[in-house]
Amino acid sequence: MNYIEHVGKYFIMLFQVFKKPQRRRFFYESLFKEIEELGLKSLGIIMFISFFIGGVIALQTALNLESPFIPKSLIGFAAKRSIILEFAPTFCSIILAGKVGSYITSSIGTMRVTEQIDALEVMGINSLNHLVLPKVIATIFFYPFLISLGMVLGIFGGWVAGVLSGLFSGLDYIEGLQMDFNPFLVTYAMIKTLVFAFLIATVPSYHGYYVKGGSIAVGKASTKSVVWTTILIVIFNYFLTQMLLT
Amino acid sequence: MIEVNNLHKGFGDVKILKGISTKFFPGKTSLIIGQSGSGKTVFLKSLIGLHTPEEGFISFDGRVNTNFTTEEKRQWRQEIGMVFQGSALFDSQTVEENVMFPLKMFTKKTNSEMLDRVNFVLKRVNLENANKKLPAELSGGMQKRVAIARAIIMNPKYLFCDEPNSGLDPQTAIVIDKLIQEITEEYNITTIINTHDMNSVMEIGEKIIFLKNGLKAWEGSSEDIFKTDNEAVVAFVYSSNLFKKVRQAYLKETK
Repeated sequence: MNYIEHVGKYFIMLFQVFKKPQRRRFFYESLFKEIEELGLKSLGIIMFISFFIGGVIALQTALNLESPFIPKSLIGFAAKRSIILEFAPTFCSIILAGKVGSYITSSIGTMRVTEQIDALEVMGINSLNHLVLPKVIATIFFYPFLISLGMVLGIFGGWVAGVLSGLFSGLDYIEGLQMDFNPFLVTYAMIKTLVFAFLIATVPSYHGYYVKGGSIAVGKASTKSVVWTTILIVIFNYFLTQMLLT
Repeated sequence: MIEVNNLHKGFGDVKILKGISTKFFPGKTSLIIGQSGSGKTVFLKSLIGLHTPEEGFISFDGRVNTNFTTEEKRQWRQEIGMVFQGSALFDSQTVEENVMFPLKMFTKKTNSEMLDRVNFVLKRVNLENANKKLPAELSGGMQKRVAIARAIIMNPKYLFCDEPNSGLDPQTAIVIDKLIQEITEEYNITTIINTHDMNSVMEIGEKIIFLKNGLKAWEGSSEDIFKTDNEAVVAFVYSSNLFKKVRQAYLKETK
């Protein structure tokens, strides 16, 4: 199947996904389950990675700005910008594409190959709406919190790294954080987060829903979905940056 | 009653069903048999609406399923029960949740009403005290019982079973066959079973349809299948020595 066909099929899938849920009670139950599965269970990895990568960003910046003419506060300023603009929304989304994307594809794909999706269809249930919509809403609702947490922990990780290494003082770092704060950059990061959250929920769902074959096909679809979600995040990152910041 | 009229279905250039016509009656267990690739699964999936016919039609008590409005289709779906080959139970849900699923989705019953109905149906399929177990904790036969319970929870008018006893030992397979037959008679359901199992053919086949290369090659009852001289049916059904001997004994006895 060529790429155009896949794109067409993906949009047809979205049309089915965004229909009114058949039973509200069921939808809310699924939504809370997905928030736990796709959001809360990702907290640990995001907190861990954000803290350490924040530290690395601050150390690298400090090592590259070693000059008596450059104030130390610039380290905090540069780390803050890097973390808010790129690390938290993009890097964390790529990590989530791997963790959550493979989970979504394999869970929906397994349902497909074991005829559980057929069972839903025979009962007269819109399986795409039933399975995918709660995932989309859960990621769109929860990921801004997750990414915000990533930003805070990344910046905090930078401060800890500086204080522990002695490369810059905590006060310099905080002064840099407060320097030239532009709230639109956070808005920009949140817009990117919402777009990436949508991709993380829908692209792996597409790969899982249309899988054909057995367990090997599910495994392959899982890998493919992570690759495609990552590629799309990178492409959208470029265009969103150009649209919003230039 | 389900009436199939000149049903054609293919995928691309490959024609799978080439004009099948037949009728299935309420309270009767009908079996579809045939070699692998003969079109049994496509036929069954066409009956349950997962495939749309290219030509011909299927009517359910006079209602043609391809002419349904969205609301009629939703209504019709609730009249259907389906037992899948691998049971197709929802992995993450307990037995109780699996069986309750259609009730939760389509009725406005209270939790206690739903639970009463679930317990009644589970008792009917002889599966008590398994409410809180997950499908992975059950044996193949128990999973099939749960699938049957889920299929009949909404009091369906039509029950479809795809190889309901595949992967089961002969004793459990007969128990499952008998259970389906009893439920069919008890609730006057139109039941259609897709099977490879010749024991099922002999035990519960009130009406048997033999498919070959996408065509209905033979139709009759389990009594008729002993007497038929249709070469394709004889070659398929009596491929094992045991069944050959059973047939010879039957013919000798009835002469």
